[in-house]
Amino acid sequence: MINIWEVKETNAMIEQENLDVRTITLGISLLDCIDSDLERLKENIYQKITTVAKDLAAVGEEIENEFAIPIVNKRISVTPIALVGGAACKTTEDFAQIADTLDAAAKAVGVNLIGGYSALVSKGMTKADELLIRSIPTALCRTERVCSSVNLASSKTGINMDAVRLMGEILLEVAEQSKDRDSVDCMKLVVFCNAPDDNPFMAGAFHGVTEADAVINIGVSGPGVVKTALEKVRGESFEVLCETIKKTAFKVTRVGQLVAQEASRMLGIPFGIIDLSLAPTPAIGDSVADILCEIGLEYAGAPGTTAALALLNDQVKKGGVMASSYVGGLSGAFIPVSEDQGMIDSVRAGAITLEKLEAMTCVCSVGLDMIAIPGDTSAASISGIIADEMALGMVNQKTTAARLIPVIGKGVGDTVEFGGLFGYAPIMPVNPFSCEGFISRNGRIPAPIHSFKN
Amino acid sequence: MEKSADKTIITVVGKDTVGIIAKVCTYLAENQINVLDISQTIVQGYFNMMMIADMAAAAKPFGECSKELEELGEEIGVSIKCQREEIFQKMHRI
Repeated sequence: MINIWEVKETNAMIEQENLDVRTITLGISLLDCIDSDLERLKENIYQKITTVAKDLAAVGEEIENEFAIPIVNKRISVTPIALVGGAACKTTEDFAQIADTLDAAAKAVGVNLIGGYSALVSKGMTKADELLIRSIPTALCRTERVCSSVNLASSKTGINMDAVRLMGEILLEVAEQSKDRDSVDCMKLVVFCNAPDDNPFMAGAFHGVTEADAVINIGVSGPGVVKTALEKVRGESFEVLCETIKKTAFKVTRVGQLVAQEASRMLGIPFGIIDLSLAPTPAIGDSVADILCEIGLEYAGAPGTTAALALLNDQVKKGGVMASSYVGGLSGAFIPVSEDQGMIDSVRAGAITLEKLEAMTCVCSVGLDMIAIPGDTSAASISGIIADEMALGMVNQKTTAARLIPVIGKGVGDTVEFGGLFGYAPIMPVNPFSCEGFISRNGRIPAPIHSFKN
Repeated sequence: MEKSADKTIITVVGKDTVGIIAKVCTYLAENQINVLDISQTIVQGYFNMMMIADMAAAAKPFGECSKELEELGEEIGVSIKCQREEIFQKMHRI
């Protein structure tokens, strides 16, 4: 029988260490909504989302009440819209109207974000893919809850450099269109290499074509829980350190598994995966960077950071894998700058640079995340940063991503406020030297030699 | 063995005072909630109690009991929390 100390431990995690379920994300396939008539397509999409997800918010709240565990976000991901809208959309405005429909559906069912305004172009772009990408600035700036992602590369296909070049320009356009709000709409846009089909986390969530009609994916969290556990083993060996992280990750993930099962049962929708990512928030004590400091670094970014993060990421996975029947999504430690107070402190102290963050993304999920850069950064330089990140993912057969925010009208030393869970970020310097000649080449970078495994 | 879905863990934490257990148990009795186990300890001057209760025959749904117990806690000056047992089982048992 459960004893009082175990109950106290669990409740301390929830009440003092910010243990929560970060998101219940309901993936919905829109493939059966496809129609060549735009109005009918929009109607089908609205109907499907509002029918399948009608109980999502209520079920989330009921689970929160029964277990007293906060579920921070209830979200929806849909089939990449470039695939769904291809037959009906002939202009960028047509695609943007689908974004309006998604936004309206999200509001109707009470979810705070809806992902899947996406295109998968790792090898080439169809007409529809390109139209969707070109519609992203309009779509993101006139909707509130729609998130967009573009898969630009994969280990199997290489890097679509035409799309990488285009995304540099598109990102600047998004920044320009929301410049009166510190270019915040950029945080709803992420580019990927090896994007997973079942990622529950925004902005990159979409419902892959390999998925069933509807599926529940869960993102757990708990950097604060890991940090607190590590405080008790200061100065101990790596073995003790690793064991402690594993045990903690196990406990955190089991809560996610329970919530996933309950949500699945109550909604009558199958459970997909649990994403084991340690997802920080700007709340004090909910920071991945603080874990790195607890492992023994003065600041995240100090020498040893990449090794410490590799260790953390691996132990989280090893502990989490046993706690859940299905693990997927991004599953690793997130190192967003703006959403992590410890990271912000590192930037402020000059301890961490864009280049060090890039190195860190080699050993963790997911990539350069929520990084504010000067608004006068050129499209080519942005594409260059994206290409570097894509190359890391491609060669290392892992998911990598970039979510950069070029803040128009602001430069290094300024700070941008994103609000709520998205936090704030000091603007980081970008290497000033040009990559124009590299980015202006046409075509794609071929897949690496070790992708030929057949 | 009873269905674990009906088992609820009620935790009471706060400054020790006369009649905490009595008041909580009175509420439970009035609402046909059977207490299976009680353990109690004082940590740093604070009263900590955990009850395992069976809500299979409860007069009201879980959410309502949970809310009323929370209100009762506010009256006594302690924090009362109801949680289904599975969250602890999952976390602490393989």
